[in-house]
Amino acid sequence: MQNIFASRIGIIIAGGVIGLFAAFLQYWGNPPNMGICVACFERDIAGAIGLHRASVVQYIRPEIIGFVLGSFLISLVTKEYRPRAGSSTLIRFFLGIFAMIGALVFLGCPWRALLRLAGGDGNAILGLLGLIVGIAIGVLFLKNGYSLGRSYPNRASSGWVFPLFMFILFLLLFFEVSSAEGGAIFLSEKGPGSMHANLWISIAAGLIIGAIAQRSRFCTMGALRDVILARDFHLISGVAALVVVAFIANLILGQFNPGFEGQPIAHADHLWNFMGMLLAGLSFALAGGCPGRQLFLAGEGDADAGVFAIGMITGAAVSHNFAMASTPGGVGEYGPIAVIIGILFCLLIGFTMREKLTV
Amino acid sequence: MGEKKVDARGLSCPQPVILTQKALEGGSDSLEIIISSEVSKENVLRLLNKYNMKTELREEGDDTVITAFK
Repeated sequence: MQNIFASRIGIIIAGGVIGLFAAFLQYWGNPPNMGICVACFERDIAGAIGLHRASVVQYIRPEIIGFVLGSFLISLVTKEYRPRAGSSTLIRFFLGIFAMIGALVFLGCPWRALLRLAGGDGNAILGLLGLIVGIAIGVLFLKNGYSLGRSYPNRASSGWVFPLFMFILFLLLFFEVSSAEGGAIFLSEKGPGSMHANLWISIAAGLIIGAIAQRSRFCTMGALRDVILARDFHLISGVAALVVVAFIANLILGQFNPGFEGQPIAHADHLWNFMGMLLAGLSFALAGGCPGRQLFLAGEGDADAGVFAIGMITGAAVSHNFAMASTPGGVGEYGPIAVIIGILFCLLIGFTMREKLTV
Repeated sequence: MGEKKVDARGLSCPQPVILTQKALEGGSDSLEIIISSEVSKENVLRLLNKYNMKTELREEGDDTVITAFK
């Protein structure tokens, strides 16, 4: 089957659709400058199932479920569903943990960094610069033979596990399951976790984005990496489309407020906005995809990408439980030291996980 | 230089692209690249296109073999 989404116009459409949905999901109730944020939404899921107890950020985000299931379904239709696993699984898990720790120091994944920019939040510039530097360090490792090794074809059921996990999360949300008095699942009554669009709108948007992103291979990390590594501007045109469309939609919907101070769910600590995203960018580069891309890969059968996503959910719990996550009030007490440890971990992985490049 | 082989099965991008590029820069006129994912296929083909290489594709089980020549 000819894949129109693999073309330049296809990736631009994909980026545009994500930007448009993000602006409207915010308009329909999602938190400000957070129409879609893979890191924040995985963090909300971690809270909803009780892995952390930050009561303002707990909700099972249907968008995340939609991303995985949308990718899963379209890859079945197009016969691209390919269960595979076995490429340095535990390292990917910890890269996921540190990626999330970095993202929560900045307060957003690359998608949200772009959306914050499109909403006028100047702090996003520091985050994006950090992201670029982190990915550039990852590119140096890649050029020197960094590799997490091959994955191998696996049984069909190994690829179902992650989509099934997502479907169960959907059931928990739909039936608002309560395990005990005051027990999981937890749903925020105030704060960002309480702000959300209608369940069906969110899941529909997630499914559509999941399908289009799977077809187009949309990836923010890959976009920057390809520019730095090979002057390849294919994926970055999708990223540009996301920002432009979200910016125009924000203007029309009255969601554009330029400035640095008092931006929604953000802080203005330039150094740690930069450093947090540097860690996140380096982790994504070493793991081979931004948080969104990892979800789409998990949907099409990549169990290693699923492990990275579970690592991110775990990382969110670690971040909040150990006071590493930032708040609008500023950087968390242990955020900076956690970022330093994370960067050291990534450097260790980058230097040691090498294969001789022989052809 | 003669034909070179690149086995990029199970490697995630950009590694198949980097391996292919190294082989091209090593001065190969013809290359055989084995890959196992659609994404890698698209990326490697895009690279070969940039180098003005002609390509032929064939399926080998679940893998794809790209033959590239000047």
